[in-house]
Amino acid sequence: MDDKMTTREKVLRYAILIAFAVFFLIPMYVLLSTSLKSFSEVSINTMWQLPSSLSFEGFREAFVKLAPNVLNSFYLVIPATLLSAIMGSMNGYVLSHWKFKGSDTLFALILFGMFIPYQSVLFPLVQFMQTIGLYGSIPGLILVHVVYGLPITTLMFRNYYQDVPDALTEAAKVDGANIFSIYRHIFFPISIPSFVVVFIWQFTNIWNEFLFAVSLTDTQSQPITVALTNLAGSQVVEWNVQMSGAIITALPTLLVYIIFGRYFIKGMLAGSVKG
Amino acid sequence: MKRKHKESLTSLAILSPSIITLAVFVYGFISRSVQISMLDWDTFGSFMRKAKDYVGLKNYIGLLQESRFQTDLWNTLYFTLFFILGCLAIGILLSLILNNKPKGGYFFQNLYLFPMAISFVVTGTVWRWIFAPGRLPNDPRGINLLFEQLGLDALQWGWFTSTSSFMGFNVALVAVIIAAVWQYSGYTMAMWLAGLRGIDQQLIEAARIDGASKWQVFTKILFPIQKPITLSAIIVLAHVSLKAFALIYAMTGSGPNNVTDIPAVYMFEATFRSNRYSTGSAIAIVLLMMVGLLIIPYLVNSFKEE
Repeated sequence: MDDKMTTREKVLRYAILIAFAVFFLIPMYVLLSTSLKSFSEVSINTMWQLPSSLSFEGFREAFVKLAPNVLNSFYLVIPATLLSAIMGSMNGYVLSHWKFKGSDTLFALILFGMFIPYQSVLFPLVQFMQTIGLYGSIPGLILVHVVYGLPITTLMFRNYYQDVPDALTEAAKVDGANIFSIYRHIFFPISIPSFVVVFIWQFTNIWNEFLFAVSLTDTQSQPITVALTNLAGSQVVEWNVQMSGAIITALPTLLVYIIFGRYFIKGMLAGSVKG
Repeated sequence: MKRKHKESLTSLAILSPSIITLAVFVYGFISRSVQISMLDWDTFGSFMRKAKDYVGLKNYIGLLQESRFQTDLWNTLYFTLFFILGCLAIGILLSLILNNKPKGGYFFQNLYLFPMAISFVVTGTVWRWIFAPGRLPNDPRGINLLFEQLGLDALQWGWFTSTSSFMGFNVALVAVIIAAVWQYSGYTMAMWLAGLRGIDQQLIEAARIDGASKWQVFTKILFPIQKPITLSAIIVLAHVSLKAFALIYAMTGSGPNNVTDIPAVYMFEATFRSNRYSTGSAIAIVLLMMVGLLIIPYLVNSFKEE
């Protein structure tokens, strides 16, 4: 259809694309230009101007305040991502190739967990974590993210493994392989791309998560998202520090998106195609 | 037969850690929330005593009569509606343009999608500053200041601090809706684009040769084909909007007269700020039922198709 397009249409198309590009970049402009201003320059009247000189004051201060929380986030996200992916992969494998009576119902019951608003479990969850002594700790938050991550990781792996022909498992069974060796030698190796998608999906979601983080941690164990909202709590809002903090919070997942964009989109689409 | 039985047991054993934890964390905790919502734990004292006096639906009835909760329901309705419409309109428009593979299209596509990788907390922090209205008309801030500098003073208004409302729609929500649309319209675009790429181009060309206008191609061919994808997108977006807690918490909080309050924010404050555990749990269960109304028909439908 491109050849039939008139010049006017082409101009209009680019005008729309560029207008939306501006819309999508406005917050980025504000973030970057503000974070690189010194505190004295962060006056409201100049918020749309570029910094007159680059200052890393904001970043330095944000980093000093947020470094422990960045570490907390990594301590949280890495084990939670790995565990939920591995368990999801085993679940998906069993639920697609070792079905038993009631396994489909079981799958539906597992899936239900990804649709609930987490408010509906929040207060009992807090009490439970206090009872077992994991409230306010990173291991506690890891447990929570692994458990509530299982439905989506199970779904993603099950959908992936479903395309593997049953004949393959049957043949391996005849050769004397068991459920574990078939997983190890056949399914695990072919699911590396799927693992990448699930890793990225879980990493991004857990890093960005806020509700569990704010309800289940104390000042020692706060992940970065909670610490960022608390930056605003001080009397004088230092916007250059705030914006620097926002950039620090966004950077890891943005890098993941830039480096693994293709897998990120796959995960996003897989996460939305249910059943 | 025996072997089959042993296999099932092994399968169950592999699934058991997930089954047990989800049984407790999902089903157990939801039941507990339902139970608490029917107790009278709205003071710290009654909570500490673990008072066992059931009050039935009293907390729910109380909620529905409360003006804050009524406002929350209106806010949820309008926020969800305009959020979904905004994401669909922008997402579909962009996908149609990008599907023609214009030069630089890949760059634009990646640009529109990047907000998906960012936390609602970051989005809220930035847009809060952009939409901070300042004191009008003499001391505009944020985007109002930009409007003044561009000579567009007429566009200045109070954004998320405005307390005006129109047919139950608190206009302060516009600021929050813009931020949410900013974050999620790329998602609709990606969904639509994935669908459009699978449509046979010959179908469209044939229709064009037969004299169909571009608009007719869109309404009569593309939109019907993309209906399932659009429906999935709507479900996911509606689900996101019910969970918009982090965005509102970071951006506006409940606002003056609760103009930007939603049930999730109220639930959090009731439970963790004012020791109204039963009211908090009742709000949580209302949220769960709202999600259920939305999701269950959709799930039943997609399982049937499978």
